[in-house]
Amino acid sequence: MLELTDEKIKFLEKRANEIRESVVKMLYEAGSGHSAGPLGMADVFSAFYFHILNHRPEEPEWSDRDRLVLSNGHICPVRYAAMAYAGYFPLDELNTLRKLGSRLQGHPHRQSLPGLETTSGPLGSGLGQSIGMALAAKLDQKKYRIYCFVSDGEQDEGNHWESVMFAAKRKLNNLTVLMDRNNIQIDGFTEDIMPLEPLRQKYEAFNWHVLEINGHSIEEIVDAVNEAKAIYEKPTLIICHTIPGKGVSFMENNYLWHGKPPTRDEAMAALKELRSLGGKIQID
Amino acid sequence: MLNPELHLNPDIFSETPKKAALRDGYGEGLLEIGLENSDVVALSADLEESTRAEAFAKKYPERFFEVGVAEQDMVSIAAGFGVSGKIPFVSSYAVFSPGRNWEQIRTTICYNDSNVKIAGHHAGVSTGADGATHQATEDIALMRSLPNMKVFAPCDAIEAKKITVAAAKIWGPIYLRFSRNPSVVMTTEETPFIPGKADIFWLPQNNKKPDVAIIGCGQLVYQCLLAAKALEKEKIQTLVINCHSIKPLDSRQIVAAAKKSGAVVTVEEHQIAGGLGGAIAELLSEENPTPMEFVGVRDVFGESGEGEELIKKYGMASNHIEKAVKKVLRRK
Ligand SMILES: Cc1ncc(C[n+]2csc(CCOP(=O)(O)OP(=O)(O)O)c2C)c(N)n1
Ligand SMILES: [Mg+2]
Repeated sequence: MLELTDEKIKFLEKRANEIRESVVKMLYEAGSGHSAGPLGMADVFSAFYFHILNHRPEEPEWSDRDRLVLSNGHICPVRYAAMAYAGYFPLDELNTLRKLGSRLQGHPHRQSLPGLETTSGPLGSGLGQSIGMALAAKLDQKKYRIYCFVSDGEQDEGNHWESVMFAAKRKLNNLTVLMDRNNIQIDGFTEDIMPLEPLRQKYEAFNWHVLEINGHSIEEIVDAVNEAKAIYEKPTLIICHTIPGKGVSFMENNYLWHGKPPTRDEAMAALKELRSLGGKIQID
Repeated sequence: MLNPELHLNPDIFSETPKKAALRDGYGEGLLEIGLENSDVVALSADLEESTRAEAFAKKYPERFFEVGVAEQDMVSIAAGFGVSGKIPFVSSYAVFSPGRNWEQIRTTICYNDSNVKIAGHHAGVSTGADGATHQATEDIALMRSLPNMKVFAPCDAIEAKKITVAAAKIWGPIYLRFSRNPSVVMTTEETPFIPGKADIFWLPQNNKKPDVAIIGCGQLVYQCLLAAKALEKEKIQTLVINCHSIKPLDSRQIVAAAKKSGAVVTVEEHQIAGGLGGAIAELLSEENPTPMEFVGVRDVFGESGEGEELIKKYGMASNHIEKAVKKVLRRK
């Protein structure tokens, strides 16, 4: 990973904002899909695709690439947007999301689009697959890392915790999990639907190394990933505290935006807000 | 012609027939049976609104249980309710329940013979834009193979409501299958409904002998009726049977229809393997071997798109049924 200069941080923040704009446009075009999760994770995706990941967009199957597994597949619009900006496919294609014949399926389909690593959408099975990849890397003595993105609602699934135990048993230090801790799921706030706290202590009790960061701070994201790389005896969980719907005030922190797209007017309002926010970020 | 005895919706063949979603019928039925019987309880796995358990949850909060995104836990909890005098209804998407939690259903519900009703929503490719991960096309096969389990796939919102109410009154494990989007309402409140009975929705005019029996389930029964109407113009006489009960099958009605017509086409929004067609093939090969054609998903996954567009692309629209009828007639 290259050094994170102030200039690079500014670039990544700007990119995150461009990704957010694309997410809003895509969802409006598609007429269905999820808004809150993708907007909340835009900074993390910007940091990964444009700074952290060791990858080759023009050669998505490059065998030494880092693997990014998206377990909470419903937030795929943010991944698709980041991939398009990174050069995996043309930006125009983003408008085909969820349409018949599109490579951008409503939930990610591995065989449809190179670079996705796994098919997902059904929650709670990304970590198990990531463990398989991490073990394979060890068997092959490969240096690439596996990053598994999970959500907080997904922590309700029992099979996820089977994987949590296993990763610790095998001390999978080439595996880093990033959790979108945005406190919402479909039916409400996570602590009302199925209380998760104390999350940090739960993972620590399961023998994981746990870090907690502001998921909108590029610096904190990059620092935490660097720290995870330096932890040899355990897998690491980075709890990314995020604001669902981040950047669009009327969506922020409202679980009703989990699974719906903006209407035309809402999309216009959202884009206006994101553009002025873009102006704020590019200070000089 | 439409069976005059069944009080079917006379508007079926209009340009804009009345539509309603099966899941809404489920929600209404659940609310109704909740009022009638205080032993009815409902469980949801973070999908309260889209599975339409919401109205019940609001009305009877003390009998509603939100388990979080945990389908395996949900059916195990329901199994405990079911052996304790309660009548639990569990709602999720069919790919997750009964997909993800199949073994828990097998052991804790079926082998336990616990009185649980499983509502599987978003069945079929018509689920649409969410894509194949969310389109259940294998759930009938999964449930049909389980001892003690009954499997019902209603054809429209009104039948969905009736079947939900009926399920609470029939003892034992029951799987109820519902599709997502509004579809044509073929029946009316007056249409007689007996759980387990396959009804003849369409029959030849003037008591003519049918050339083929088209047996369907779910919203595709409407496509069967469209096909029957078109075929009648070509002098091909059909019976269309709404087979809402895939298990148990109404074997008397189905065998009689096969004998009378000498050819059968089955229609379902499900894989050909193990679904309604498979069940009928099993029955007929033992009782009355009959040439058959199967309309359904042919060993592939669906994809994102609009519901109706996907029904066409995956070969389950009325023109595909007409083709299947002509093919089976050549084999008589
Ligand atoms: C196994 C499974 N069960 C149910 C669902 C339906 N579902 C999709 S997203 C979701 C909510 C999960 O919460 P979270 O991922 O935290 O949502 P977000 O923060 O992105 O709004 C549910 C229940 C699913 N995709 N997979
Ligand atoms: Mg969440």
